[in-house]
Amino acid sequence: MAIQPKKHEMPVQDAKVRARNFEEVALGYDEKTAVAEAQRCLNCKNRPCVSGCPVNIAIPEFISKVKTGEFEEAYKIISASSSLPAVCGRVCPQETQCESKCTLGIKFEPVGIGRLERFVADYHNGRSGEKAELPAPNGHKVAVIGSGPSGLTCAGDLAKKGYKVNVFEALHTAGGVLVYGIPEFRLPKSIVKQEVEALKSYGVEIDTNVVVGKTLTVDELFDMGFEAVFIGSGAGLPRFMGIPGESLKGVYSANEFLTRSNLMKAYKEGSDTPIMHAKHVVVVGGGNVAMDAARTALRLGAESVRIVYRRSMAELPARREEVEHAEEEGIVFDVLRNPVEIIGYHDPENKRDPKNGFVTGVKVIRCELGEPDEKGRRRPVEIPGSEYVIDADCVIMSIGTSPNPLIKNTTDGLEVNRRGGIVVEESTGKTSKEGVYAGGDAVTGAATVILAMGAGKTAAKAIDEYLRSR
Amino acid sequence: MYEIISKRTLNPTVTMMDIYAPLVAKKAEPGQFIILRVDEEGERIPLTVAGYDRAAGTVKIIFQIVGATTMKLDRKNVGECLADFCGPLGRATETDGLGKVCIVGGGVGCAIALPVAQKLHSLGCEVHSVIGFRNKDLLILEDEFRACSARLDVMTDDGSYGRKGVVTEPLKEALEGGEKYDMVIAIGPLVMMKFVVATARPFGVPVTVSMNPIMIDGTGMCGGCRLTVGGSTKFACVDGPDFDGYEVDFDEAMERSRMYSDFEARAREEACNLFKKEVE
Repeated sequence: MAIQPKKHEMPVQDAKVRARNFEEVALGYDEKTAVAEAQRCLNCKNRPCVSGCPVNIAIPEFISKVKTGEFEEAYKIISASSSLPAVCGRVCPQETQCESKCTLGIKFEPVGIGRLERFVADYHNGRSGEKAELPAPNGHKVAVIGSGPSGLTCAGDLAKKGYKVNVFEALHTAGGVLVYGIPEFRLPKSIVKQEVEALKSYGVEIDTNVVVGKTLTVDELFDMGFEAVFIGSGAGLPRFMGIPGESLKGVYSANEFLTRSNLMKAYKEGSDTPIMHAKHVVVVGGGNVAMDAARTALRLGAESVRIVYRRSMAELPARREEVEHAEEEGIVFDVLRNPVEIIGYHDPENKRDPKNGFVTGVKVIRCELGEPDEKGRRRPVEIPGSEYVIDADCVIMSIGTSPNPLIKNTTDGLEVNRRGGIVVEESTGKTSKEGVYAGGDAVTGAATVILAMGAGKTAAKAIDEYLRSR
Repeated sequence: MYEIISKRTLNPTVTMMDIYAPLVAKKAEPGQFIILRVDEEGERIPLTVAGYDRAAGTVKIIFQIVGATTMKLDRKNVGECLADFCGPLGRATETDGLGKVCIVGGGVGCAIALPVAQKLHSLGCEVHSVIGFRNKDLLILEDEFRACSARLDVMTDDGSYGRKGVVTEPLKEALEGGEKYDMVIAIGPLVMMKFVVATARPFGVPVTVSMNPIMIDGTGMCGGCRLTVGGSTKFACVDGPDFDGYEVDFDEAMERSRMYSDFEARAREEACNLFKKEVE
């Protein structure tokens, strides 16, 4: 039988319809399509896909089970390596990870590994009535700070080994960036909740409203009887560009805009939390967070949404599928442009004019690509005299974050780097402080969900070895 | 869940509650704040700590009924619980090494100023307090301030109680009279704090102000509470809420505080209509 050269299409909501609702964009494979896609896998000997996965899921093995319709068996194989399969199947950048290594991909499109992972996880979650087998408690306690991807992964892996794990979460809901950052239309919150409940069934306890560094300190966690601590406190304060006008009304950080919409449900009518329903929105930045902010603004009713990014389309750091989805929905990419000023309304005659202090536009300058920088990405060079103004009533800055200072400031002996990221030994996640491990954005600065999960997994293994050796 | 242990109406628009939150009570210091949600669908609002009882595990909050959420909070009674109560957040007010301090409180800001005054008093500092209100009906915490202040001036805008005038008047008189304060601590409406700074400036007295901008997470994540202080961007939730009054860009902060005034006005109207229905 000839191999189908292309991946089976992912059914999606029509672009015009979905651009105005918050329901999930991608609808997922049905059983028949999943089996057919699985049959594209060559089951090659050297399994390059596995090395492309930060948590080393046994990919060919789970795909073989999908081929034969043994979906629950497939789920068991995935969940042996991943604590959040339904999440990863949706938000991982597979095209640069597992799928980029796929042997089939040399000649054709690679196997749709991410789509199959999502199918298997959804199949399981839709049917699970089975109680998780509780591991025998080993009598040791570990504290995990933060319930985002790295914390949940670390907690899950340790709980499955018999540790008593408490997760301390600063916000009122567990999930970290999965609930405050990634929008409903890309990752439904019901799925995050299901994954969190699955972890609780392994005995993981989640304490919300606890800000480590304020409510409790790392040292106090040890006093409370925890023998090791994992810090997965995530990204921190949003960065701004330092250009004039960033304090005008209508200028948001992507974190604030998305937190209002996602965590605080401002996208729903009647929400107590306000958000601007702007007409013309400019999002500054080219990462996944920028795509999420742009598409959220569109769904809140914007007439136009433009992404302003200083490099070209080829350098956009966002996941390819998100860029494609955004383009289909009508988001305009103003690439090779950089903001130099945000312009606001100001009526000197009428100090009480309610429009005063609100954004009216963004002045941008055109750029061209120059020599590559130390990371090999070509540097944007501004073209003198090419400035012009884009009309906008809302500007969302999505240019990254700098680490949160709360834990660093209250933990003696915890080494951080010049940027404020926690310094760890890469192979273990071990910090400079005895018994303290860290991973995710708190270490690396803004990165992806799956890299954070990989770090949580690495640390869980190291914590287990550390506590066994004592 | 965080139970309401006591509730007292201080005036028709200001309510005081003690909330059971032992982890917060253990650590809270004057100048810090908490974030609460009234119920599962509620917004997160920051309120400054107005007191704490470490042994009882309670934290005191005093809030003005200004928007939909504070109205909802005010309708909760003793024995009921709040969905979330998180803290203590922000940095505590610096109280070390102060021998003589003038505390200036305006309106409900007095609720936040009081624990600072009490702490300074307990540390042996000489506290002069100036508290101001629009009128007699809105006066709160006079006895409490009297108990911890070597000198107290009560001001009302309309002269219906105490002295008629604004809080900067007694401050100016004291400074002109040669009072040497180590610090002036101003807590109240932005415009009041701005004028306290202007009053103190010619005398070169350090002024600390307590900023309460719009906030969401309160833990250093969203950046909504940013202010310009000394020409650079600061975040009230982790860098503050106290700042050097001479460095704060008050005009910008006042502008930003009005970002959602339309939304709030609408919410208030809707909530008031609900009230009316309940009464009918």
